[in-house]
Amino acid sequence: MDPHIRAALDRQLTGDARRWLVDAVVRVSQDLTAVRTVFPAVGRRCGRGPLAAGWTVADAARVRLLAALPLRGAELAEEITALHRYGEPAEQRAVLRSLALLEDADPSFAGLGLPLVREALRGNDTDLIAAALGPYAARHLDQDGYRQAVLKCVFCEIPLDRVAGLDERADRELARMLADFAHERVAAGRDIPADVWPIVRAHAGVLEASGLPAEADSPVPDRRAAAVRALTAYSATAPAGAS
Amino acid sequence: MRIFDPHIHMTSRTTDDYEAMYAAGVRAVVEPSFWLGQPRTSVDSFTDYFDALLGWEPYRAAQFGIQHRCTIALNPKEANDPRCAAVLDVLPRYLAKDRVVAVGEIGYDSMTPEEDEALARQLALAVEFELPVLVHTPHRDKAVGTRRTLDVVRESGIPPERVLVDHLNELTVGLVADSGCWMGFSVYPDTKMSEDRMVRILQEHGTGRKLVNSAADWGRSDPLKTRKTADAMLAGGFDDDAVDEVMWRNPVAFYGQSGRLDLEEVKPDDTALFAGNSIRRGGE
Ligand SMILES: [Zn+2]
Repeated sequence: MDPHIRAALDRQLTGDARRWLVDAVVRVSQDLTAVRTVFPAVGRRCGRGPLAAGWTVADAARVRLLAALPLRGAELAEEITALHRYGEPAEQRAVLRSLALLEDADPSFAGLGLPLVREALRGNDTDLIAAALGPYAARHLDQDGYRQAVLKCVFCEIPLDRVAGLDERADRELARMLADFAHERVAAGRDIPADVWPIVRAHAGVLEASGLPAEADSPVPDRRAAAVRALTAYSATAPAGAS
Repeated sequence: MRIFDPHIHMTSRTTDDYEAMYAAGVRAVVEPSFWLGQPRTSVDSFTDYFDALLGWEPYRAAQFGIQHRCTIALNPKEANDPRCAAVLDVLPRYLAKDRVVAVGEIGYDSMTPEEDEALARQLALAVEFELPVLVHTPHRDKAVGTRRTLDVVRESGIPPERVLVDHLNELTVGLVADSGCWMGFSVYPDTKMSEDRMVRILQEHGTGRKLVNSAADWGRSDPLKTRKTADAMLAGGFDDDAVDEVMWRNPVAFYGQSGRLDLEEVKPDDTALFAGNSIRRGGE
């Protein structure tokens, strides 16, 4: 877990909530089934308020519990997969957020959490989609899967700054997909989320190839206006990696 | 008027019902897990249903301004099916959820040994998870079934004030009153209990520890029976405070024992028109 989040959790938890969590960590590390009933109860025991970087108190407390599980590799994956299966969205979000940390502590966990990431990406809960796209997804999704995930975020209006690994993984093909998406939006007379532009801009010629610039000469006033707005935003954007 | 229906199977109702319930004053409901009309043949059908009671149904209710909680259990009918009884092993995961405010419906249907086993195990789970229980009494041989239910409840060691014994009538209310358990009445269009009979029971036995529900399940039923009973109470000489006690404060007190009820506040004289709701799916 990010040290800021860990520190924020320690600061925010006081009294009963802190005692409960300390005891819960001991229980889940000693009794293999305890986590199944302790994990769902975290929200009402520790609180659900915001912590830092989009995490809640309950997220961080739940991740701490998962880190205490005395399991490795396939057994660890089986237990957290069941927690996810029976979990409400808040529990599922915490499982997704824990994946990178679990792998850091146990390299044999490796890609075993990837099916949970894929399930979240198939769904429509934007909160879960964002939680799925942390450092673990950036490490393990293949190139196609990663690009599709980014495109899905753009469609669902999830800010791209919540997607881990974009600086390293955004490639020319992703830029092409985003430029085509932008063209489609302009053809519908609609606006484009500003966070696609740095990626498009980083790959010379991609915008031109999409056909978007020609929309500025469209006979349809809405399309023309949308194209002008898009091209202005594009020109005002520094390419990704150039900052 | 504010109404809390403490036992209603919204899974079998339409959005029109939700709208009409809100207009009638219903602001909160508890949906006990029960059978689905068509028998289940596997544990997975239960878990998908429990997930719906915790996810989809509260979302649906919130769109109409109604707060939804549930109770989780293996119901007495299906306790008799060996393909279903294994759901007892996954119940602990669900009993730990925030929206689960009791174990239920448990109890007897035909009073078989399998039902005995399921009832005893689930009472033990209620003690372990510090949850109240909602106990269904059988439709056939009701007085004997109710007496036996109360014996098993007593033996389980759960405090009687954490137990709601439901579907009572004129002949069983006294037994339950003496036991210290809460008393539930399902008011139906033509069976079990009517509004006027309900008012007579309240006049005779008082309003303390009494809860009125519409059950509104797969049979012929009416989700507005709570409101109709409230109106009948007023017509029968009860005042607004007595109606509020039965229709709101009693269910809040009973399910509040879970420590998880956590309702948004509703004023006793709430007559607001519902104007949309931003509660998103999932909560937390
Ligand atoms: Zn019922």
